[in-house]
Amino acid sequence: MLNPTQKINTKIFDADVEQVTIRKGFGEGLVLAGEADPNVVGLCADLTESTQMHLFAKKYPDRFVQVGVAEQNLAGVASGMAAMGKVPFIASYAVFSPGRNWEQIRTNICYNNVNVKIIGSHAGVNVGPDGGSHQALEDIALTRVLPRLTVISPCDAIEAKKATIAAAKINGPVYIRLAREKSPIVTTEETPFEVGKAQIIWQANETATGGKVGIIATGALLHEALLAARDLENEGIAVTVVNLATIKPLDGAAIIDLARNTGAIVTVEEHQIAGGMGSAVAECLAQNNPVPIGFVGVADQFGQSGTAKELVDYYRMSASHIKEAVKKVLTRKK
Amino acid sequence: MDDITDNKIIELEKKANDIRKSIIEMLLEAGSGHTAGPLGMADIFTALYFNILHHDPKNPNWIERDRVILSNGHICPVLYATLAHAGYFSTEELKTLRKFGSRLQGHPHREWLPMLETSSGPLGAGLSQAVGMALADRMDKGRSSSRFFFTLMGDGELDEGMNYEAMMLAGKERLHNIIAIVDRNNIQIDGFTEDIMPLESMYEKWQAFNWHVQEIDGHSFDQIIGAVAEAKTIFDRPSVIIAHTIPGKGVAEFERKYEWHGKPPNKAEAEMALTELRTLGGKIKNENQ
Repeated sequence: MLNPTQKINTKIFDADVEQVTIRKGFGEGLVLAGEADPNVVGLCADLTESTQMHLFAKKYPDRFVQVGVAEQNLAGVASGMAAMGKVPFIASYAVFSPGRNWEQIRTNICYNNVNVKIIGSHAGVNVGPDGGSHQALEDIALTRVLPRLTVISPCDAIEAKKATIAAAKINGPVYIRLAREKSPIVTTEETPFEVGKAQIIWQANETATGGKVGIIATGALLHEALLAARDLENEGIAVTVVNLATIKPLDGAAIIDLARNTGAIVTVEEHQIAGGMGSAVAECLAQNNPVPIGFVGVADQFGQSGTAKELVDYYRMSASHIKEAVKKVLTRKK
Repeated sequence: MDDITDNKIIELEKKANDIRKSIIEMLLEAGSGHTAGPLGMADIFTALYFNILHHDPKNPNWIERDRVILSNGHICPVLYATLAHAGYFSTEELKTLRKFGSRLQGHPHREWLPMLETSSGPLGAGLSQAVGMALADRMDKGRSSSRFFFTLMGDGELDEGMNYEAMMLAGKERLHNIIAIVDRNNIQIDGFTEDIMPLESMYEKWQAFNWHVQEIDGHSFDQIIGAVAEAKTIFDRPSVIIAHTIPGKGVAEFERKYEWHGKPPNKAEAEMALTELRTLGGKIKNENQ
């Protein structure tokens, strides 16, 4: 059942659940962060509306810098602005930032330890028709290896808004991963949000006799994980679903607790299995509380054109694939 | 800035010579590092820190200071030596260059040495950061800001495409308080710049990006100081000074040889270099050698 303390949207299983793009939550959050702190500035590499930074640019034209299609410069300029006391948010597609400008993010931002927020939109296969060139499936791996960088992957527009406001208040570099396509609103304004804290969204039915599994999901696929959990509960499997919005720093205590309570884990992310959130979870559990883990994600492939739904299905990340992964991991429990 | 007098120029030349001696001593002690670039840029660093900059070595965080952004971080021996001679820290500390626990990291890191404006080493990224600083400065102080952003760049690093992204943005935004100084010494690690990747016409390249361009003799204090003075009068665009320098300048054996880009002198070479520098290339006959 849905965890009542998390105040989850009660309509999440309805056919007409409200759908909003995660990037829109960022756009609205940046305006609020800008209202709260006059040092917040926005920089964009010719994707102002796509990344939803246009909301900020329209309200604060004097605090917005258009750098053109130049992501390396985007990161370097932001580093310089931060050195002068600004709180720069840089927005582009994740393939380009942190993809193309990874070394500038590493050296000019993280090594330099300056207060820059990197916004990578259009992550995951849900980018859809634009095809594999524009579908970032590597950005979590690229960012979570950088010392000092906080990595956040919000599950919906509301959480993206909260993450953006929170990022502006962190004194250090932050990466926020966004998606292009509309996705169900899972949380509400009342849902608690704290950077670095995992949240139990779905609580297991403790009377179930068909085995216990913990699902850890990040990003919009949290909704697919919840659909899977509801079905699995009907089949008698006790499933706990955790939303892991902050991938770095990792909430190790919550993950170890979940592994101890369930004895088996399935991770769900719209990202390469190699190096992503599941890898971070595996690193933690291998050292602290080893349990069987199943990984739902993209298996060493590039994306392609199609609708978001077709692609999530094709790359085996939908609710039915999560259910399969849960059943498979159950067979590996001792 | 005061009008430059002959006496002042002689004083600066002596200071640059002292800085060159420190560079040789610290490289010998470190056992690795770059020789040619630091020696070649000693006059420009001396002119900046002992004549041009608004700065306060006793208060490195002074908010109104001019900023020096070193883009080609590998020439940091000249930065460290100049900072020490200017009074930011003791010249004794120069001997810790590149050693474990030293604030003088092999390439500059602002966290170890907080008086630095940035960390550098990976080439081509300094100008972007200067552009960001100047944009922030304009947001806070408008076009009448009196802070200048001196960006020191190598010529070899102009192979990096990121520079041209930064040049375009600085030109677009007319960031007049950026003064870039390119160390045009014609060498990079693998050879002469015009063999590795031709950079000419450098003057026309910068001009095409809407910069005010000057070319000078990078060892003439008169020209260095005069060019910066002219750059400060330009209010509708950023300025670049292409400073023609001799890599290894001051030690005949090291001059104009790209082989000296990335290696330090050994003991015998350092002694020879120090002798040459102590006598100002043989001009001073009575120096105790």
